[in-house]
Amino acid sequence: MLRKQDALLLLLDVGPSMHSVLPEIEKACSLLVQKKMIYSKNDEVGIVLFGAEDTDNELTTEVGGYQHVVVLKKIKVVDGDILEALQQLPRGTTDGDFLDAVIVGMDMLIKKFDQTNKGKKRLCLITNAQCPIKEPYEGTKEEQVTIIAKQLTAHGMKMESIIFRGKLGQDANREIMDENDHLLNIFSKETSTRLLYLENPISLFGALRTRNITLVTTFRGDLEISPKLSIKVMVYKKTAEEKFPTLKKYSDKAPSNDQYATHELKIDYEYKSSEDRDKVLSPDQRIKGYPYGPQIVPISRSEWDAVKFQPEKGVKVLGFTDSSNVFRHHYMKDVYVFLPQPGNTGAMLALSALARAMKEMDKVAILRCVWRKGQSNVSIGVLTPNLSDKENIPDSFYLNVIPFAEDVREFQFPSFSNFPASWKPNGQQLEAAANLIKTLDLAPHGQAEVLLPDFTTNPVLERFYRFLELKSKDPDVAVPPIDDTLKKITEPDADLLLQNKSVIDSFCRSFELKGQPLKKSRRLWGEKRSSTNDVIENASVKVEKIGDLTPAQDFEALISRRDSPDWVVKAIKEMKNRIFDLVEDSHEGDNYPKAFECLVVLRKGCILEQEPKQFNDFLKHICNFCRENRLHTFCQYLASKDLTLISKTEAVDSDVSDEEARSFLVESEPKVE
Amino acid sequence: MDGRVAILLIVRPFKSLYFVSNIWQPLSVLGLAQQWLDERKEKLQCKMELDADDFFRDEEDQAEAQESLLEGELSKEYVVYLVDASPKMFNTLFPTQEHQKLESHFHIAISCISQTLKTQIITRSYDQVAICFFNTREKKNLQDLKSVFVFNVPEREFLDRPTARLIKEFDQLEESFSKNIGSQHGIVSDTRENSLYNAIWAAQALLRKGSAKTVDKRILLFTNDDDPFGSIKGAAKSDMIRMTLQRAKDAQDLGISIEILPLSCPDEVFKISQFYADLIGLEGDDLVDFMPEAGKKLEDMNSQLRKRMFTKRIVKRLKFTIVNGVSIELNSYALVRHTEPGAVTWLDSVTNLPLKIERTFICADTGAVVENPTKQFLPYKKKNINCTIWGIAIVAENRSFWNLIIANYLFWDKSVIEGGQNITFSMEQLSEIKRISTGQLNLLGFKPLSCLRDYYNLKPSSFLYPSYEITSARDMINVVLVGFKQVLTFQKLGLRLIGFTNLVSKGTDSSMCIFIALHRSMIQLNRFAVAFSGSSSRPQLVALIAQEEVIQSGIQIEPPGMHMIYLPYSDDIRLVEERYSDTSGMVTKASSDQIKRAADLIKRVDLKDFSVCQISNPALQRHYAVLQALALEEDDVPEMKDETLPDEEGLARPGVVRAVEEFKTSIYGDNYDEQNEHGIGKPTEASKKRKAMVEFATTECKQYDWGELADTGKLKDLTVVELKYYLTAHNLPVSGKKEAIISRILSHMGK
Repeated sequence: MLRKQDALLLLLDVGPSMHSVLPEIEKACSLLVQKKMIYSKNDEVGIVLFGAEDTDNELTTEVGGYQHVVVLKKIKVVDGDILEALQQLPRGTTDGDFLDAVIVGMDMLIKKFDQTNKGKKRLCLITNAQCPIKEPYEGTKEEQVTIIAKQLTAHGMKMESIIFRGKLGQDANREIMDENDHLLNIFSKETSTRLLYLENPISLFGALRTRNITLVTTFRGDLEISPKLSIKVMVYKKTAEEKFPTLKKYSDKAPSNDQYATHELKIDYEYKSSEDRDKVLSPDQRIKGYPYGPQIVPISRSEWDAVKFQPEKGVKVLGFTDSSNVFRHHYMKDVYVFLPQPGNTGAMLALSALARAMKEMDKVAILRCVWRKGQSNVSIGVLTPNLSDKENIPDSFYLNVIPFAEDVREFQFPSFSNFPASWKPNGQQLEAAANLIKTLDLAPHGQAEVLLPDFTTNPVLERFYRFLELKSKDPDVAVPPIDDTLKKITEPDADLLLQNKSVIDSFCRSFELKGQPLKKSRRLWGEKRSSTNDVIENASVKVEKIGDLTPAQDFEALISRRDSPDWVVKAIKEMKNRIFDLVEDSHEGDNYPKAFECLVVLRKGCILEQEPKQFNDFLKHICNFCRENRLHTFCQYLASKDLTLISKTEAVDSDVSDEEARSFLVESEPKVE
Repeated sequence: MDGRVAILLIVRPFKSLYFVSNIWQPLSVLGLAQQWLDERKEKLQCKMELDADDFFRDEEDQAEAQESLLEGELSKEYVVYLVDASPKMFNTLFPTQEHQKLESHFHIAISCISQTLKTQIITRSYDQVAICFFNTREKKNLQDLKSVFVFNVPEREFLDRPTARLIKEFDQLEESFSKNIGSQHGIVSDTRENSLYNAIWAAQALLRKGSAKTVDKRILLFTNDDDPFGSIKGAAKSDMIRMTLQRAKDAQDLGISIEILPLSCPDEVFKISQFYADLIGLEGDDLVDFMPEAGKKLEDMNSQLRKRMFTKRIVKRLKFTIVNGVSIELNSYALVRHTEPGAVTWLDSVTNLPLKIERTFICADTGAVVENPTKQFLPYKKKNINCTIWGIAIVAENRSFWNLIIANYLFWDKSVIEGGQNITFSMEQLSEIKRISTGQLNLLGFKPLSCLRDYYNLKPSSFLYPSYEITSARDMINVVLVGFKQVLTFQKLGLRLIGFTNLVSKGTDSSMCIFIALHRSMIQLNRFAVAFSGSSSRPQLVALIAQEEVIQSGIQIEPPGMHMIYLPYSDDIRLVEERYSDTSGMVTKASSDQIKRAADLIKRVDLKDFSVCQISNPALQRHYAVLQALALEEDDVPEMKDETLPDEEGLARPGVVRAVEEFKTSIYGDNYDEQNEHGIGKPTEASKKRKAMVEFATTECKQYDWGELADTGKLKDLTVVELKYYLTAHNLPVSGKKEAIISRILSHMGK
């Protein structure tokens, strides 16, 4: 049996105000046509442009009027021709009148199919509805729209309107837009029109439903609340993953000149006896076995059928509970939607009453579901109300499958409160995090939510289909990069980051990670892993590196390690680097106290470890460095803190006298000035 | 019940967690012991059973899968159950309230082990066990030591994986015990025999196999004698004690931990300090007293979930990029995943030996076998080709005939061949297409929690926790001590050891700090983070919800961290409600009175303390029960309670019934039954047609005398259409060949 064909007419606004988003429209529409070519090859598509430079449509020739409406492609079965036309849409020169386009489109569909086509007929209007529509010859615009809408319904056509508003330009005329919105609303009410307003070009891809999936009920029958009360419902899938198209395995064995070769690979499974490698067993010679310990217990099909768990078909409410008793992260699978049986007012009212009461009381219902007869398992789910704010959509419920006791794994994790203080954020760090969260807001008040899943297309699929098309023309073409518009799905919005630069910078600064190369942390990870073994043998984990947060403590820990003399050298070396970094990165001296603190412990450590030269050389070095790099304020800061070189009295190995030590910084200061 | 338990706990090197309890209520001993054994297992790492890998397969590449075993240092557990069989163990105790049955400590120990074995064979069948009695009359052990008897069944080593036969024979052991093994007093004054010493030595010998690095080795000692050397005196006594303690210490030095399950009589409490504290090395400072909630029934233990325990393992390491290259390392874990019964193995139905499944790729054009195909293709810009003609073409292997058909086909529709095109892709290209993001997890921004709709879900969530290092318990002591009271807590009945989380290490300080700061602020501001997860299988948007730690009566119910919820794309969301709306013009919504009635009803049917962990999967429980019965050759399968059924009794309470009736009246008026039975609106075309067909078939069906036709074997003379009248009229499936249909009719008629 041939599937019913769907017919779709794209009504595209190509007027000057639309030019900026036309590239996205081209891509989104191409995607739609490509998917049709793969999944529903018999569907038909036509393209009508309005706001175009030329005029070319049958109504003009028949009755006149309908200027600047071009029938780019007549309605025909999807093919490469339509795809190519969509990829290079002509740019229009006049303001488009969407009403004209709707009438032309409707006329085309009626002429082509009238009553013969039983499939769905759809019009898809993409415009910004910023331009005025013409006054009709008789009656008001409203009346005209109402008449057209009635006509659409009478002929069984549906309309989808995607209104792209973007960031409103200055020249947009509020009045016209409001009027147009009002007219479009009439369409929405009179016909079953989906009316969408978009602000973001990314949403264009998602708003245009590129694939039509026939909805199949998962279950139809009673939602049993008690043995005495059941409500007739229909259950559908609300979400289901759209998978990558199924590819076949390719065989290159066929001779290259055989143009009729299928190049398909068949997969063949053979069940062979483990004793006799040549013996292949037929299905009736095999039996299923299930593991029980080291043993495998064979159970024949009939045996299994006799003892297996066989629940009765039906959907029953176990009870209601506070919504806080069910965690969001326990939702297990794709989601179902429960709708009242069509035409059954009682069911509609009952669901509506329950949904609204549950919403008010913040309750959810727990359900036991066996969708089909003969199903060998049950699922339990949580029913959450979904109140409709539209007049023509009834209230409904969403059902999410929740885990059984066996499905939850109780792993334990350390409590944050048990961590050492250095791991816990301080007040200032918390504030920086809170500010970051507030500024990187994807759902700002009064504006459309960014990256709304309902309007966000799968960038992988988009890329795949684009690659497919390119490859059909040139088999050796490389994989194209991800679409620029869709890149915003995978990476943070650069504009948003730029606008909030100060907040982000302060966030980075409070965690001292600014400019830290990522590779470093990677390497660090590897280092740690390799050293874990000997650490365990020593039965103690010690600090192995001077970190960013508590360099002074780390240094002390490191230098007091006794398991290898290398630690002292390492500690001093790393500490020097840290101090250098601190001084270098400091902004108007904000790191000086920390650097000073580090210097003090370094000094102490060097005295203890009899390494005064290390410290003295370093201090001299850093002072020279500061002078050269106009960081003389640091030297002043040190001098004010009475930091001195290590003298002979403090460490025997030092070649610096007491006096020299004391005067070092004092001396250097005047030099700078 | 008024149970009294003191648990002494000491943290020694990583593997040995000892505790001792003083209990006079025998039933809670059994409960405790059972629970303890299970919890102990849960805590330690076990090897993932092979098929369990399925859960992770789609989430990561193979390389990542290998990496994810990082944490599974201890993969197996070898346990020797050492049961005291001295006459004292056979003294019957007072009957308990629940069971008017006399029970001995020996019985408690045996049933406890038996239950554990039954659970273990399903959940952790890779672990090995040995069951060893001491103070026995007979001897059976590797070293031929006196008074030690290792229980075993054929086809099994002393220390081996549990088998169905072991469990079965062990269940029957008690009756034949005195005949085959026998009990006797262990250490008596006149002999030089030291049965406890022998027992530990035998157990240690059993545990000789396997490296201590990969296997966790334990000896579990069941006894009710707190002073085994009480009957002897003088130098001999101190000598024996010294020897025994040395033996125990040697075993511990070999990486074997010894744990004691003391059973105490109602009249005399088991005094751990008499002797055993020294044996297992307990010291005063390390004792932690604990009073668990007393009293828990035996039934609770026996209805123990046959739960598959999963090792806490990292599914994946992720680099979470926050802003401007600031990134932190996170580990992801699978806290909720659908549990399937074990993998199916195909067997030869005659020999019951496993079969090898071989997969071959055969080129459809040439019939040649292809190895490791690397390319895939998709037909593109190609119309449907006539399937029947193709069918012939493939069946006909004669090449010339095949060409003939093609020629025919060509003639029939030329354009098809011209337009058709196969686009091939290499594996590299396909993975390149999916590589659309530079980072593994990129932060995009934040949204209020109310933006996260209930239908934004596709698969189970993952749990994120900052990566931390595994080190030994001693190193972690500082961290543990801070949260000691919290960490060492025990579930209601006892002893749920919250694992000490393998301790964290430094170097990740700032990562941890950033994570905690974001975590706290997100909770405070009621926001979730939107991020893009660039996984190689399905890159997609995710919502990160901060989860606050939930602790109830000392148990961590929800760990702190973030839940990663996979968000759908627009292509994955179906517009069901909107498409549905067109059929019925205006829609009515409930009035405030109706809502009030509904609220009354909801209040009546309230599940107060519902939590997802309450309900076990009846299909899975049934599966394991059947397997167990078959493997142990038991005759009947125990009936499992289906916990997913509604509480019929509760629903029949007058209050509930009244609320239901009021709700019904307010919605449907008086014609509820009418509306629900008949008022289905107008029947659809299909249902009308189906009804008519059944009616027709029923009338047709009556024209035949089916019974006679069947008896005379004349059914086969009827046509399939005629046969189907019978099937349709009796609401049977009509599919299949003629023979199948006839046999279906016969079986329906009971012939």
